[in-house]
Amino acid sequence: MVTPDEAIVITGVAAVSALGSGKDKSWRGLLRGESGLSKITRFATDDFPVKVAGEVLDFDAAETIDRRLVVATDRWTQLALFATELALRDADVDLAAFDPDRVAVSTAAGSAGNEFGQREIEALWSRGPRAVTVYQSIAWFYAATTGQISIRNGSKGPSLVLAGGATAGLDVFGRAAWTLASDADIALVGGTEAPVSPYALACQLTSGRLSSSDDPTTAYQPFGRDANGYAVGEGGAMCVVERAAHCRGRGRRPLAVVSGHAASHDGRRSASDDAEVRGLGLCEAIQGALARAGVSGRQIDVVFADGAGSPDEDHAEVAAMRMALGDAARSVPVTVPRSATGRMEAAGGCFDVAIATSALVDQIIPPTVNVPLLAATSEIELVRSARPTALRHALVLARSNGGGNSALVLSTYE
Amino acid sequence: MRRVAVTGVGVVAPGSPGTKAFWELLTSGRTATRRISLFDVTGFRSQIGAECDFDAITLGLSPQERARMDRYVQFATVAAREAVSESELDLADVPSERVAVAMGTAVGGTTRLEEDYVSVSDGGRRWIIDPHYARPFLYDALVPSALSDEIAVQFDAHGPTTLVSTGCTSGLDAIGTAYRLLVSGAADVVIAGAADSPISPISVACFDAIKATTARNDDPEHASRPFDRERDGFVIGEGAATLVLEDLDHARRRGAYIYCEVTGYATRSNAYHMTGLRPDGLEMSAAIDAAMSEARLDPSDIDYVNAHGSGTLQNDRHETAAVKRSLGHHAYSVPMSSIKSMVGHSLGAIGAIELAACVLAIDEGVIPPTANLEHPDPDCDLDYVPRVAREACVSHVLSVGSGFGGFQSAVTLSFERKDI
Repeated sequence: MVTPDEAIVITGVAAVSALGSGKDKSWRGLLRGESGLSKITRFATDDFPVKVAGEVLDFDAAETIDRRLVVATDRWTQLALFATELALRDADVDLAAFDPDRVAVSTAAGSAGNEFGQREIEALWSRGPRAVTVYQSIAWFYAATTGQISIRNGSKGPSLVLAGGATAGLDVFGRAAWTLASDADIALVGGTEAPVSPYALACQLTSGRLSSSDDPTTAYQPFGRDANGYAVGEGGAMCVVERAAHCRGRGRRPLAVVSGHAASHDGRRSASDDAEVRGLGLCEAIQGALARAGVSGRQIDVVFADGAGSPDEDHAEVAAMRMALGDAARSVPVTVPRSATGRMEAAGGCFDVAIATSALVDQIIPPTVNVPLLAATSEIELVRSARPTALRHALVLARSNGGGNSALVLSTYE
Repeated sequence: MRRVAVTGVGVVAPGSPGTKAFWELLTSGRTATRRISLFDVTGFRSQIGAECDFDAITLGLSPQERARMDRYVQFATVAAREAVSESELDLADVPSERVAVAMGTAVGGTTRLEEDYVSVSDGGRRWIIDPHYARPFLYDALVPSALSDEIAVQFDAHGPTTLVSTGCTSGLDAIGTAYRLLVSGAADVVIAGAADSPISPISVACFDAIKATTARNDDPEHASRPFDRERDGFVIGEGAATLVLEDLDHARRRGAYIYCEVTGYATRSNAYHMTGLRPDGLEMSAAIDAAMSEARLDPSDIDYVNAHGSGTLQNDRHETAAVKRSLGHHAYSVPMSSIKSMVGHSLGAIGAIELAACVLAIDEGVIPPTANLEHPDPDCDLDYVPRVAREACVSHVLSVGSGFGGFQSAVTLSFERKDI
């Protein structure tokens, strides 16, 4: 079946993570079964209950971004500016050749410019109001990254920011369909996260879902018997998204098709003790995404799971897959690449989209690392080493702390 | 194409909470701007705010809700309950997966983040803060989807839940998102709105640093002066507004009171500067044109323009130019007012509060004034409805917004969609 003209396609990707920030570094690191989790280096954690994170150690903003812009932005925005440039190159798009009114930017934000904000609020409380710089009003808020990407690239089309957990990271791709239907021809879609600052980590701790392990190999074990929370990660991904006809029109072959998206909320179900009740919302999102993609559960060749890394949440996700995919849920390969990079809030959804795209292009499933033993309730086929496989349809899942669920179907381009 | 009705309105605005008090303030032309009382403003450049007189327990929140929710979420919850109640929608009659939530906020839990920051850092003394001093639920203050999640739980909504955070256009963009969701058929009811409670030291200081806010500290009641030649910046505000948006057929079938329809939405970027605006207003005009085109409205159809009207030197000129560009000579005869003159600028929330005002303007047939407009800036020569509310037959309204990061948004509301 040939991909229709109006299909939404991914035409360039750039994933940035603890496995590396350069082109394809994250993808190749995943295939080698590497883990980017390590003891935190960004500040001294001797007296701090969070010890492990996935830091992007090879990224120096000063090398890729003008000094004046570095001063005015948080690391979170800097990672996104860098990834945007890489994604445009991957898509072979020179924005100067396109009408700026028809170029859109959509980012998903989690903890936003938290480190920049902590520096500024420290200045305020230790030295007084006049110590707050002229950049605070533009560097820490959730919209800063979209704003800076649009300015740097001269894009005047619709700009969007969704904030939240991993669901926001999938939802920006789902929303691209609306934007590209009439308001834009090219959309820069994705998100990044830079949460390794003391106050941001303290905030995350209050969710009760962070691991306090000081061993990078045990701090994030999605679906594992010894799951004890998750580790945070820096990074994310930016992608170039177009209508299929537009990409073909400029002589390029799309990488993958965004064939379906749906989202739901648990509402009051999240209070239940029953995994099936808690998983019902995700099940509905999966069913919605499959219906929009015109694909049945049996046609899914790989699931990029959310992988919360907490026993009760992992159980709910398994229950959701079983309710939505039936018998196929036991045998379909499931993987959580962010086990190697840490969870990135909203940007985690974007990272998964980029990695799933690479999987579809190269026809290989990246592994989940650091999960030697599965939990008894994890009746799934978790991929633990890179697996070449015929892949046509990938299901990407996301759940957020507050009860949101999103599902995205990505398919090979034909 | 599916049509989108507004069937409920809820507002928590500066001054007294509730839609009735809000509308009474707007039509009186009084202002709710005063010396900031929420914290000690000594030493800050701008000392004025538009604060909500808000007691959570009196307004129906439980002690645990108050403890769990940041101030802006409290506002939004009270506003949402009012809107849903006014809509007379029995949510038990709607399949829960067909009820969605779309909320907006610019700075989310900044108040709570700052409150706890002081203790975890021991007054800014420690970079490596002590997490033991962080209160529970601080995660929710960091990641603002807590707002939309809370509303989804309050009403047990199982449809898609979205948190839009596009700075000062968040309110318009959240309601625009809800509109698009309904048009796409993904939901039948959307609880949509926005909230912000930014009146805390770090926010006041960050606007001080760029002199965006007014320094008219000796005259707080008259400090927010959009389009006036004496204006010197905006007054920081707080608040929330929620609309119940519903598929029009769905609303008609249940005999709902239909205030008006949402008929168009568009957003563009100026791709120029994070805070600066070019005086030509091109990109705001492009957003206006696109929204009006979607609504099938000509310039002569517009009965009221609800301005962004923040009261900064640059905004009011930028916006005047944009409206002239889009409406042509009609710009000179269409009333255009800024309610920020009365309720200040509550960042992400204000777009929703302004749309609530537009809904009421259509429903009541009254256009709110621009307060404090005594001597217009010569570069601002349109009819800004100075100081006194005006009775009018309002069928089609254009609401515009603009924000840091270059966002430019426009929404059109119609009593009844044109060219059906």
